[in-house]
Amino acid sequence: MTTPFVMLVDDEAPFLETMTKRLEKRNLSVTTAISGQAALDTLNKNRNIDVVILDVKMPGMDGIETLKKIKSGYPLTEVIMLTAHATVESAIEGMKFGAFDYLMKPCDMEQLMSKVHEATKKKHEHEEKIRVARLKEVLTKYGM
Amino acid sequence: MMKKRQLAIPYYRLLMRNIVFVIISVSFIPLILVSSTIYYQFRTSYREKVYAHLRELVQNHTQNIDSFLSEKLGDIRFLAGSFGYDQLSDESFLQEKLAALQKDYGPVFVDLGVVNDTGEQIAYAGPFKLAKAHYSDAEWFQQAMQRQYFISDVFLGLRGLPHFIVAVKTSQNEHSWILRSTIDFVAFNTLVESIRIGETGFAVILNKEGILQTTPMTKPSLDTIPAKSIYAEFLENRARSADEIRIAVKPDGSNHQTIFVASFLKNGDWLLVYQQHLADAFADLNKTFTITTVMMLLGPLCIVIMAITLSKIIVNRIAQVDEEKQLMNEKVVETGKLASVGELAAGVAHEINNPVAIMVEEAGWIGDLLEEEEIQDSKNLAEFRRAIGQIQAQGKRCKEITQKLLSFARKTDGTVQDIEINEMLEELVTLSAQRAKFAMVSIQTHFQKNLPHLQLSLSELQQVFLNLINNSLDAMENSGGSLTIASRLEQDRIVVEVSDSGRGIPEANLNRIFDPFFTTKPVGKGTGLGLSICYGIIDKMGGKIEVRSAVGKGTTFYVSLPVPKEEVTRDKTSR
Repeated sequence: MTTPFVMLVDDEAPFLETMTKRLEKRNLSVTTAISGQAALDTLNKNRNIDVVILDVKMPGMDGIETLKKIKSGYPLTEVIMLTAHATVESAIEGMKFGAFDYLMKPCDMEQLMSKVHEATKKKHEHEEKIRVARLKEVLTKYGM
Repeated sequence: MMKKRQLAIPYYRLLMRNIVFVIISVSFIPLILVSSTIYYQFRTSYREKVYAHLRELVQNHTQNIDSFLSEKLGDIRFLAGSFGYDQLSDESFLQEKLAALQKDYGPVFVDLGVVNDTGEQIAYAGPFKLAKAHYSDAEWFQQAMQRQYFISDVFLGLRGLPHFIVAVKTSQNEHSWILRSTIDFVAFNTLVESIRIGETGFAVILNKEGILQTTPMTKPSLDTIPAKSIYAEFLENRARSADEIRIAVKPDGSNHQTIFVASFLKNGDWLLVYQQHLADAFADLNKTFTITTVMMLLGPLCIVIMAITLSKIIVNRIAQVDEEKQLMNEKVVETGKLASVGELAAGVAHEINNPVAIMVEEAGWIGDLLEEEEIQDSKNLAEFRRAIGQIQAQGKRCKEITQKLLSFARKTDGTVQDIEINEMLEELVTLSAQRAKFAMVSIQTHFQKNLPHLQLSLSELQQVFLNLINNSLDAMENSGGSLTIASRLEQDRIVVEVSDSGRGIPEANLNRIFDPFFTTKPVGKGTGLGLSICYGIIDKMGGKIEVRSAVGKGTTFYVSLPVPKEEVTRDKTSR
């Protein structure tokens, strides 16, 4: 299994810093973005990002909006929402727009790791399916 | 109870006193003024009328008596003038004349006598044996000799019976003789006796010396015959006021205030005195006065009772309104407080949450680093691990608090849906069953069937009742007990009761349990937000949450929720 490539999106630089260290120590490739817009830019450059860990509450473009844009631009990329809101509503909203899961902040590292791995697995399966489908298409196209 | 308590407050007592005072003075002053004026006017005019009546009465009788006397005198004078001494000194002729007089006037003339100038009675006609009687010492004789005629005072005379004499002197040939007649006292007396009014009014005639000339009609008892001194004043003023009728009010012999009406007759020789007790003369007035007084006493009594009752009602109403206002103020303040605390809490939660998250992550990072080889040998490794664990545990605590704060301040309106309350409560009971088992609590449910559906947010409602159930379980954690959940329909509301047999809430805390951050749980166990969140949610739904508690017996929470109007009507028609 390949190392999951994770992007952390949060408006708090110290949080990003520490999380990066902790995730890297757990053998993940990590990149960060300080805002929603920055996250979209980074995604545009690095198409191979597997999982985005996205804070819901951010100044400027907030988590839900960023999620919508990510999902429309890069449907295969999985998103795990980090929420300070203990409300079911914001989580449900996030799930409705295609988030993989949500976690309360501050989150348990083990829980986060398992979610990241699940999301990566799901993404890779998706990619695999797409690859197979394309192959089939090509094969059908050429009548083989 | 409430009202008594309100009235005990000095402010309301003062208010009531003022109202009573105003009502009483506004009603009393005109009442007293009007009635005393009317009474005074009435009394004055009534008195004048009574006096005028008495005056007229006395005047009439004075004239009557005067004319009676002058008539009798006239008769005798006519007799003396018409017949000579010679004729009249014939006793048989005299008898004849007496008979003629008695025939004309009744038995007024008792006898007739002819007396010569030496006082010897020459001839006599009458029932007594008075011929040859000597009158030279009698006063009437002396008086009659000096004047032309004379009417004597009443005296007993030679025969020992009260009578008076009418005497007429006639001069003939240097000889004077007197024709005298005795007037029947009884006949005369009736003239005066007939003046009788009321129970105590009667008249008497006095002579110049104040000696009674008539007898009062009733048997004269001592107290009704006034002392002479009482009449003395009238007698003294005789010269000055011979024609006048005088009225005076003095105490009589028995000390009753009495009206005296006096008038002179017989050229000032006699005094007619009419007297009547004041109380008797003004009996009608006094009766009116008594009735008026009773009314004047009863009226104010009614006014006072009315004033007190009315002001009690008014003050109670004011007190009630004040209390309602105060309650409403408290409610407004409470709501405002909850709202502002909510906003504050939300801000704090958001701001705290991120730093806490960073701290926890940093602690996690340290934890990660501790796993590295070179530190494994450090003798403080265990201590480091414990400290990191503690930081993370406390961070989680912070998280829980901020989460609750956020849900407390949450402004989202949960999606409204049809809720079958019993079903929802049943689910919650199932959810809590495990915890209840550990706390040795038995859960009973008394649900009224076929309750109308509610149109509310399910998750919010769940949160409220889960909170209440958890609180109840907490209250019985060590002791065990029973938890009863009941639902019923009350008019257009569904009331859910959550009652436990736990330790109860002290009275002092009852008012504060819905305040944010108020908790009696040990530090770290409770945030003090649960019930204030419940309060906020139920309040927003238009419901009510109330609590009743007795220390040592248990606590009951009443949650009443509004049933949508169409549900109410549908429910009624379906039954």
